[in-house]
Amino acid sequence: MSAQTETAVKAQPAEPLFSKKNRKLLVDPLDSNNPITVQVLGICSALAVTVQVKPAFVMSLGVIFVASFSSLFISLLRNTIPTRIRIIVQLAVVASWVVIVDQVLKAYVYDVSKQLSVFVGLIITNCIIMGRLEAFALGNKPWPSFLDGMGNGIGYGVILIIVAFFRELLGSGSVFGIKLLGADSLTGLPYQGNGLMMLPAGACIVIGLLIWAQRARNGYSEDH
Amino acid sequence: MELISLGVRSIFIDNMIFAYFLGMCSYLAVSKKVPTALGLGLAVIFVLTTTVPLNWLIVNYLLKPGALSWISPQFAEVDLSFLSFIVFIAVIAGFVQLTEMAVEKFAPALYGALGIFLPLIAVNCSILGASLFMQGRPYSLIEAGVYGFSSGIGWLIAIVALAAIREKLRYSNVPKPLKGLGITFILVGLMSLGFLSFMGITL
Repeated sequence: MSAQTETAVKAQPAEPLFSKKNRKLLVDPLDSNNPITVQVLGICSALAVTVQVKPAFVMSLGVIFVASFSSLFISLLRNTIPTRIRIIVQLAVVASWVVIVDQVLKAYVYDVSKQLSVFVGLIITNCIIMGRLEAFALGNKPWPSFLDGMGNGIGYGVILIIVAFFRELLGSGSVFGIKLLGADSLTGLPYQGNGLMMLPAGACIVIGLLIWAQRARNGYSEDH
Repeated sequence: MELISLGVRSIFIDNMIFAYFLGMCSYLAVSKKVPTALGLGLAVIFVLTTTVPLNWLIVNYLLKPGALSWISPQFAEVDLSFLSFIVFIAVIAGFVQLTEMAVEKFAPALYGALGIFLPLIAVNCSILGASLFMQGRPYSLIEAGVYGFSSGIGWLIAIVALAAIREKLRYSNVPKPLKGLGITFILVGLMSLGFLSFMGITL
């Protein structure tokens, strides 16, 4: 899991605002409390956009952006939202941020936006965002909420990119569109892509194995 | 005939779960027992069948470029399609809330069986996903309704099948770190491979 430690290191440089507790908010979701593999949230898009690394990367940036800013705004509004209609209020805030992401993607990276198709819109119903709003932003101050949203967004992005890395590498022999696996040295034939990895089923199996590896390492287990 | 073909395609080939992974969160969370899975599946069918045509009307009479021209020709240039996310989710959330209140009032027995799943559905990706797919495809109102209904059936089949397998799985000896989520993912992957065999069917 080198990608995970790498992101963890990047998050380290401490501004005065990054107290130990706040840093924990940012770093915990990367591994021990990962939104995808531990909290089981936001699976839909994690599986669907990971055929190649590039769309997965763009999608992660989108989710990080939406998660951080919706957490911030819900936290700012938390004392004025009536509890009975809070879901609708949350959805409206999240949807507004998603519209911004969607318009920016359409303007600057049109091809990726086409590739992601409905999945940009589906960030609205990404359970990571709703889950964090419900569980954290509604009860905490704006800055920690912002960090919590961002941490969970990054935790999601890390898994997305790991899955996409394996799927693109094994499926088409390349990463970020750059050919890595060349011709077979024995036969001289070009790399034969693994069709399973290009199918939706490949994503499920890769993520299942990833969860296995992670849980075997940190000893977390479900009892049922 | 067209409609039947659309229906079969959305149930088996473009299955919400196995082809697009929509609604995975509740799919994994509520698939431990068959009866609860069935309840959620029925609620999903109901909400999909109603919100997809509802959103179709909104897209075609309010949001599409030129859709407002029925009010007055001077609105023919207006394109509100960037609002579709907010409007769709508002319709879905509002409708789910409304249904919940109506069911609670008029059918308490059904509410007991279904009620707890209704709020979950507002954030089920398959509902919003179906509306977004509908927006991108040239469906008529009736086709939109059939699409919503059969996508719901596909979702129900998927969740009941997984719940049945997971009930059996409880008696098998799975490696400890793989237990729960890990093995479920691999199962879904294998089931998705199974559904791929419908791919060759042309109707």
